[in-house]
Amino acid sequence: MQTSTSWRSFRMAAWLGWLIESNWTDPFLFAIYSIVKPLSGAAILVIMYGIISGGNFNTPLFPYIYLGNAFYIYVGAVMTGVSWAVVDDREHYKTLKYMYIAPIYIPVYLLGRGVARFITGSIAVFITIVAGVLFLKVPLHWAEINWGLFFVTLILGVVMLALLGLLLAGITLTVARHEGFIGEATAGALYIFSGAVFPLDVLPEWIRPIGYFMPTTYWLELLRRSLVGNVAQAFPTLANFSNLQILGILLGLSIFFGVVSIWVFRYCDSVARERGLIDRTTNY
Amino acid sequence: MNNQQGRGEALTRPYSRKDIGWRLFLKTIIARAYPRLIGQQREVSWLVFDVVMPMLGVIAYVLVYRALNAPEDYIGFVVMGGAMTAFWMNVLWSMSSQLYWEKEQGNLALYIMAPNSMMAILLGMALGGMLATAMRAVAVTLLGSFMFGVTYEVTSYFQLFSVFMLAMAALYGMGMMMASAFLLFGREAWHMANLAQEPIFLASGFYFPIKSLPFWVAAGASIIPLTLGMDAMRQLIFPSGFQFGFMTVRLEIIILAVLSVVFIVTAKVLLAYIEKIAVREGRITESRR
Repeated sequence: MQTSTSWRSFRMAAWLGWLIESNWTDPFLFAIYSIVKPLSGAAILVIMYGIISGGNFNTPLFPYIYLGNAFYIYVGAVMTGVSWAVVDDREHYKTLKYMYIAPIYIPVYLLGRGVARFITGSIAVFITIVAGVLFLKVPLHWAEINWGLFFVTLILGVVMLALLGLLLAGITLTVARHEGFIGEATAGALYIFSGAVFPLDVLPEWIRPIGYFMPTTYWLELLRRSLVGNVAQAFPTLANFSNLQILGILLGLSIFFGVVSIWVFRYCDSVARERGLIDRTTNY
Repeated sequence: MNNQQGRGEALTRPYSRKDIGWRLFLKTIIARAYPRLIGQQREVSWLVFDVVMPMLGVIAYVLVYRALNAPEDYIGFVVMGGAMTAFWMNVLWSMSSQLYWEKEQGNLALYIMAPNSMMAILLGMALGGMLATAMRAVAVTLLGSFMFGVTYEVTSYFQLFSVFMLAMAALYGMGMMMASAFLLFGREAWHMANLAQEPIFLASGFYFPIKSLPFWVAAGASIIPLTLGMDAMRQLIFPSGFQFGFMTVRLEIIILAVLSVVFIVTAKVLLAYIEKIAVREGRITESRR
């Protein structure tokens, strides 16, 4: 693998992904499209919370739910952004076979295809958080934010999610008829097991270990802590761990899942080549 | 020898009966509903995904309510909302977007050329989709009720049946209407269907009583049949449902009946328009990726 090949693959895939994502309409409609969905998802939780709490948004649980949900946008965007490229190129545009014979590096190409959704996801996360601060009193004080921890966690998490996306892309290569569901089902399951919108203690005790094994659990916890430190630490789930300890766990799990993802992708890729699945279309 | 004779007969025999009029209309409905029902027998594993996906949402929202120590009826509201998402997703992806998919796969031109009514094709899609989705919705309801111990107290079975059937008629009428509209969107159809999920779950109160929204927002959202359908059903099957009702059940039944007629008539008008454009300009059936 040459560095220049990887960079070219990534750069062109990112640009291609951006064009596919955005050029179906004018920029104004695209901007609305990109933020309406995540804002609506957040609004559902806000209304649910508001009904039960009688409009009291000052409890620690509210920023826990709101921020967890806001950053969870990245999970759907980055992870499925990478894996969906396989479905898009193979089934819809029927170009995956050409990508495979082009002088590019396929895993890097797929990672590049996730960039567009990372950008739109970032805008959605930003707007969701700003809306929370402005209208719902999410206790975010710019001066008190641990920016270093925030950016380190954010970057580490996005890389981890992209690699998980690669794992799903590998599985998608070998699967017919269910490929569209894989990303959504994984993101949906992680939403529950990562404690994105409720503390893990709410889960039945026998299910919690799954949550403790997921890197997204620690990623979301650290993001909350970096933004609203004391509020996030009030919940018992990971209260006994310091920021550094959680960062260490997140790093360890990210490396573990990263290695597994690369291995799974390579294996599935060779299976797909062997069985002639690269240019298979099912019309499902 | 016998085989050859049989083949020869089949080639020379005139049509014994050519179906036209209402008979053709009915046969078209059945023919289009058939693959919707049989398709899921051929791909049973899809059923798992179709049940699991809404269940993931249901579980997440139930656990949010549990974290907030919400009254138990709210858990029931979420389970019911989760079951009804199956119908909305079916209308969105398998009714509204269907003609767009058919165009992409090259079938739309055949539909328009065939001597049957496009309205019958859409009715068949609706009927088959409704029945197939009902099984998924029942599975989600049973699973959700079992997992979270939801109990129901039906106050009027007749009204409950009326509300459900009218909500389905209006919802699938809306789907038939949108099928033509989506066809006009071209490449935007997929994105429009994708967009009409979370905002509709929010506006229609899939996971909370619609009464919690400001009056005019709830009134505006009532154009989507599931909004009033779910509101009425919650009033009819949960003990505390009446205190969360947006309107009286009787009024909601009347509005749903009106919506059913309006949507189905509009669907017919739009379909005629689409067929006209397809024949005159040859543009609608052209697939552009």
